[in-house]
Amino acid sequence: MTSLAMTSLAKPAFGAADPGRPVAANRMREGADGPPAGAPLVTLSGVSKQFKNGVTALAKLDLTVRAGEFLSLLGPSGCGKSTALRLICGLEQRSSGRIEWAQAAKAGPRGRPSIGFVFQDPTLMPWASVESNVFLPLRLENWRMRDAAPRIEEALTLVGLADFKKAVPRELSGGMKMRVSIARALVTRPSLLLMDEPFAALDEITRFKLNDDLMRLQQEIGCTVIFVTHSIYESAYLSTRIAIMAARPGRVIAEIGIDAPLPRTEAFRREPIYLDACTKASGALHGAMDPKDHL
Amino acid sequence: MSLEIPVMTAPDDAADAAAEGSRRFDPARLLGFLLPVVVFAVAVSVWEIIVRVNNIPPYILPAPSAVIATLIKDWGTLSASLLVTLRTMGIALVLATLGGSLLAVIFAQSRLIERSLYPFAVILQVTPIVSVAPLLLVYLDSGTAMLVCAFIVAFFPILSNTTLGLASTDPNLRNLFKLYGAGRWRELLLLRVPSALPYFLGGLRIGGGLALIGAVVAEIAAGSAGQGSGLAYRIVESGYRLNIPRMFAALLMISFTGIVIYAVLALLSHLLLRRWHESALDRGG
Repeated sequence: MTSLAMTSLAKPAFGAADPGRPVAANRMREGADGPPAGAPLVTLSGVSKQFKNGVTALAKLDLTVRAGEFLSLLGPSGCGKSTALRLICGLEQRSSGRIEWAQAAKAGPRGRPSIGFVFQDPTLMPWASVESNVFLPLRLENWRMRDAAPRIEEALTLVGLADFKKAVPRELSGGMKMRVSIARALVTRPSLLLMDEPFAALDEITRFKLNDDLMRLQQEIGCTVIFVTHSIYESAYLSTRIAIMAARPGRVIAEIGIDAPLPRTEAFRREPIYLDACTKASGALHGAMDPKDHL
Repeated sequence: MSLEIPVMTAPDDAADAAAEGSRRFDPARLLGFLLPVVVFAVAVSVWEIIVRVNNIPPYILPAPSAVIATLIKDWGTLSASLLVTLRTMGIALVLATLGGSLLAVIFAQSRLIERSLYPFAVILQVTPIVSVAPLLLVYLDSGTAMLVCAFIVAFFPILSNTTLGLASTDPNLRNLFKLYGAGRWRELLLLRVPSALPYFLGGLRIGGGLALIGAVVAEIAAGSAGQGSGLAYRIVESGYRLNIPRMFAALLMISFTGIVIYAVLALLSHLLLRRWHESALDRGG
């Protein structure tokens, strides 16, 4: 259980008229085990990744992710942002270095950290209903449907899709599919949510809406988020910290803390702290670009 | 200023439009159904007129009416032969479906096995069945040889398509299964098999038609030995007796059987995929 204050539980998110949401959020929050807020959740020390074709995706990456924070990995294509996420969740094996988890985070199945992953595409099973898609992670942990039903209901309520349980993905819009993907990532009540450019393929209006929803959701359930993005503005709006990465080889070149409370509103986009973060991030990115990239 | 965006985005408008389109009367759609029927009727009528006007004898070219009359007159013999051909085709298709799917699953588990065995499947596919059938008749009794012929031609499209389908699973979904610690068999059952279903059904549709062709080819190869009694055997026999109307009647039954097999398998595919797969969605046109 994290020690984050539950100040935002009364605030509406993913469907303003849903009276069940605070209860659902509370329940999700109960399951989100991990170290106290601000304590290191996972630490990457000197992590390198070299692929079989000789490409060095990451070189001596040092990064500490703290419980409860919203960390954005910002950088150009090919700088290893996605690789870093895949190393953290174990989808890739590091070539060297260490990845250490806080003991309290190892609450997932088989004593592993409980992690949710949201891909750039919704990555839903097109033949399965929304309910079955959200059930998937629990099914793979040997849950029975009748035991998992309350959790599925909670996750879908949180993302505002409780009425779409029986729909199949093709009956949903792009934004709704992404919400299902987020519900699926949350149904296991993960201590860490990894998001690999989840809104990159969406139109800007839907993207803005999902940004707001994600911020509120993160506050409601109290999980840590690592969010990969190309967008300076998106990272400055969402994050409590931005790690800026450069390519060839992939590494963190700057970190920018954004000391403003979450969730934020549209008004935040006009505040000096937001503009300052955008300016610093932009400067760091330009400074780190390979001269060849300017051609 | 805050953005006022509806929390619920409307479901896919295209899907609604398609559903609406299917309910509304559409002259173009009716024309789409009627036109092939009219063209077919005209072609048959032209055939009938040419035969009657030129007084062509039935042993040269029977009129469609003569073919239908023969079909009715010889229905007992022809339907019994049809059942023989259907039995061969049916058993071969079931065996090809089971064998092709099972081998595709084995291929999906091991690239080494796939590389070792796939060449044999390709060799069987590319060697003309007409040239293989006489050889099989040397080694096997005619019933088994016909079954093996039909099996060989139906097997490859099912194997090939299912293998492709199992290999085409969304890599992100596979990553998701890996992330949640799913074993190989759970991934196969819950992910790869449903992903491969459209490919498998495509292979089955091709295999169904080819199983009939394989059975007919084998019957023709065995026919001269007088062993068979299927429809192809009736064609060969009628040819020897210059009973051309019966040849046409048997041919008509084979064609009709092929169309029915294809339609049944297409319907099965539609029923299984209509809710989710692009190939089976009603686009209202």
